[in-house]
Amino acid sequence: MTEFEFGNPQIVEEEVDILIIGGGMSACGCAFEIMQWAKNKDLNIKLVDKAAMHRSGAVAQGLSAINTYMGENDPSDYVRYVRGDLMGIIREDLVYDVGRHVDDSVHNFEQWGLPIWKQSGDEDRLLSEGGKPVRSGRWQIMINGESYKWIVAEAARKALGVDNINEHVFIVQLITDAKDPGRVAGAAGFSVRENKVFIYSFKSCLLAAGGAVNVFRPRSVGEGTGRAWYPVWNAGSTYAIAAECGAHLTLMENRFVPARFKDGYGPVGAWFLLFKAQAMNAFGEDYQANNYSILADHGYDEYASGPKMGTCLRNHLMMKEIREGRGPIFIDTPTAMAKLAETMTPQEIKHLEAEAWEDFLDMTIGQCGVWAGENIEPDKEMSELMPTEPYLLGSHAGCAGIWCSGPEDLPGTPDHYHWEYNRMTTVKGLFTAGDGVGASGHKFSSGSHAEGRIAAKSMVKFALDNKDWKPELSRTVGDIVEEIYRPVRTYLEYKDYTTAIDVNPHYITPKMFQFRLQKIMDEYVAGVSTWYQTNAKMLDIAEKKLEMLREDSLQMRAKDLHELLRAWENYHRLITAYAHMKHIQFREETRYPGYYYRMDFQNIDDENWKCFVNSKFDRETGEWTVWKEPYVQMIKYADDEPIGISNPAAHV
Amino acid sequence: MNGQKADSLPKITELAFCVVFQLILQQSKEIELIPTYVLTDKCDGCIGQEKTACMYICPHDLMLLDNDGSVTGHAMKAFNQEPEQCWECYACVKICPQQAIEIRHYADVVPLGASVQPLRGSESIMWSIKFRNGNRKRFEFPIRTTPEGSAEPYANKPSADFNDIDNHSVLFTKGTHSCDMSQFIQN
Repeated sequence: MTEFEFGNPQIVEEEVDILIIGGGMSACGCAFEIMQWAKNKDLNIKLVDKAAMHRSGAVAQGLSAINTYMGENDPSDYVRYVRGDLMGIIREDLVYDVGRHVDDSVHNFEQWGLPIWKQSGDEDRLLSEGGKPVRSGRWQIMINGESYKWIVAEAARKALGVDNINEHVFIVQLITDAKDPGRVAGAAGFSVRENKVFIYSFKSCLLAAGGAVNVFRPRSVGEGTGRAWYPVWNAGSTYAIAAECGAHLTLMENRFVPARFKDGYGPVGAWFLLFKAQAMNAFGEDYQANNYSILADHGYDEYASGPKMGTCLRNHLMMKEIREGRGPIFIDTPTAMAKLAETMTPQEIKHLEAEAWEDFLDMTIGQCGVWAGENIEPDKEMSELMPTEPYLLGSHAGCAGIWCSGPEDLPGTPDHYHWEYNRMTTVKGLFTAGDGVGASGHKFSSGSHAEGRIAAKSMVKFALDNKDWKPELSRTVGDIVEEIYRPVRTYLEYKDYTTAIDVNPHYITPKMFQFRLQKIMDEYVAGVSTWYQTNAKMLDIAEKKLEMLREDSLQMRAKDLHELLRAWENYHRLITAYAHMKHIQFREETRYPGYYYRMDFQNIDDENWKCFVNSKFDRETGEWTVWKEPYVQMIKYADDEPIGISNPAAHV
Repeated sequence: MNGQKADSLPKITELAFCVVFQLILQQSKEIELIPTYVLTDKCDGCIGQEKTACMYICPHDLMLLDNDGSVTGHAMKAFNQEPEQCWECYACVKICPQQAIEIRHYADVVPLGASVQPLRGSESIMWSIKFRNGNRKRFEFPIRTTPEGSAEPYANKPSADFNDIDNHSVLFTKGTHSCDMSQFIQN
C-alpha cells in the first residue's frame, strides 16, 4: 500500500448525480427536500462540508430569533419590506419565492424540536396548529435557539444518510465541462484531516458556502480578529468559486455594515424591537430625529418614509454624530428595562433580565464576555453601539451574490429573470441558495433553508432531464491536484532556504496575505479607517494593489493542512474583494449611504442607476467584465413605502 | 475512504449534568482563569471516544490534539492552534465531555477576570457568568423540546407528488403560505 503524505496526497475521484457543497442552513434545506423528490429516481446525492454539520455555517452558535416568518403577513409585504431596506433594487421574484415557502421550513424546525416562544395561552400549540409566536418585529419571532443548527442538521443528516456526507473536506474549485465551457461538470477540494484530494464529477451541484467575513480589516486586530459579527469561517468561497467558474455575479457592490454592541457584536434587534430601547449620542440626544433633515442633501430622503428607512440610512445618521465628535453612540438599556419593569412582578422582572441575557447567550456569547469583563449589567449601565467593518453576504440584511434564475410562475416575471431552472446560475448545472443568491437579502436562517429546498427541487428536475449526460472535466486530474496543492509544494520546496519559517522571500503566509488584503480594502475601498468613503482614484490604486496580490496568491505557502485551508479561504476572500471593488468602481452613485460612499458621486441617482450591476470573471485572463441589468418592479407600490420605490427604473 | 462521520457524539445524561453543574459551581470559585483554552488537568484527549470532540466540532478547524506533546508540552491534550481566528462560538466548550475547555475573552479588548461558562444538557443549557468585579449571574434556557437524535425529517409528511415537479408554488410538504396575487402589478 502506498504511503500518502503531505506533499503527495491520495487522489479520490468520485462521480455522483448531485453534489451539495456546504453544510449550513441552505445545504440542510436542500438535503431535506431533495431526498423526497429523488426517492426511487436512482440518483446518487452527496454533501461535502468543510466543518461538521451540527455546528457549521452562520447558525453554528445558535440564534435567539428567526428573522423571517410570514405568519399573518402576505409575501407581497415581505417583498416591500426587503426592497425598502435594500434601497429599491432587488429581485422581487426571488424574494417572493422565499416568502411563500419560508413558513413551512419554520414549522418543520418546530416539529423537530426547536423551542419557539408563544404568546400567553398558546404555549402548547405549534405554529402549524395556529399557535401565535412572540414577535420582536413584523417579520421576526423569538426562539430558544442555542441548538437551532444542531436540530436542523440532525434532520438533514438523517434525510441524506451519514454515508452520503463527507465532513472536513473543503471544496475550493468548480470545473467546467470539457465539451461545454458554460456548464459545470465537477468540483475539487481537499480533506483538512488527511492527505487527500477529492475530485467529484456530477450533473449538477448546489454551491452554498456562505458569505464573506474578514475581507476588510476588522476593528479588532489582535485576538479579536476572529470575533467578527458574521462567522469568521465564511470566507467568500461561494462568490469566488462561482466567479472562477464563469457565473455572473450581481450587486457585489452591496455590503452590510451592521451597527452593533461595540466590540462584542451583540445583536440590536431584540433590544430595539422587543425591549424598545432608544439609541442616543454622547449627550443623550436623539440623533436620528435631529439629523433626519440631512437625508435630503443627496436625495436619500426619497428612500425614507418617516422613521421607516433602509438600514444603511440609519447608519448614515449615526455616522454623522460620530464623525462630528458627538459619539459614542449609546443604547439606553437601563431605561428600556426599567420601563418594562414598571408593570411587572419581581418574578417577571427576573424573567425579563434572563431574556435580555439569553438574546446574547443564544447567538453572540462573546458579547456577554465583554459585559462581564467590563462589569456592565444592562439593566444598570448603557452599552456603546458601533458600525462594524463591512461584510459581504446575500441572506442577512445585504444582497451581494450570484445572478440566478427565478421561478417562472409569478405574474410579470421578465425574460431576463428566468432561464431553464429556478436558482440555477448562469452556469448550466450550477445552483445556489442562501448567501449565494444575489439581489434577494433578508432571507436569514429560515429563508436560506427554504431557498435550499427550492433549489433542491430544481436540481432533481435538472438531473432527470440530463439522465444520460456524462460529465467530462475540462482539466486533467494532474492539473487540478497541482493547483490545489501548490501552497504545499511551495512550502516544501523553499522551507529550508531560511532559518525563520515565516520569513522567506519565496512565499507569503496565508495570514500575511489576509493582512495585505484587509489593508487594501480598508484604506482604499471604503473600510472603517476612511469612514466608509472612497472615490475613483482610490479605487484605481486598490485595483493595482489587488492585482499584485492576485499575482502573489500563487506564492502562498501551506506548512500543514490547516494552513492549506487558510490559503484557499484567503484566495476566495481576494476574489470576493476584487468583485466588490469592481462593482463599487462601476456604480457611479452612492446607493447605500451608511454602508459606503462614492464621494465623487454622492447622490442616489435612480435615473441612471436604479438597476442591477452584474459582472463576470475570466479565470484564464484575470479580466472582469461589468454591466447593468434592468430592474423590474413586480409588486405594486404601496402608499406607505418611500417615494423612491415608485421612481421608474433606470433605462438600461 | 471518506472524511469523518459523526454517528455518536459525546453527551451527558441529565443526572450527571446536574451533579457536574454543582461541581463546576463549587470549583469555579477556586479556579482563576488562565490565558489558555484547554485545562491541562481536565483534558484527556477524548482517549476513550471515537474522536476528539472539540477537534471534530470546531467550525473553523482550530482545535488540535497534540498527540505526542511536541507542540504544547502536553501529550494527548487538545489546544487552540489559532486563537485570533476564534469566533468564541463555544461549540468546543459545549461539547467537551470533560468540561475541560473555557474561554478567556479576547485579550486585545476584554479586561481579565470574567468568565462565561455553559453546561449543555439534553434539554437545557445552564450559564454561569462571573463579572470582573466578582458579581455572578446564572441562567438556564431550554435548547430543544425533543430528545437529541430524535428529529425525524419525514415523520407525518406526505411523499413528493412528482406531478408537481415543475410547479414552483409548492414544495413536497405543500405548506405554501397563502398568496394575495392581486398585489402583483400585472394582475
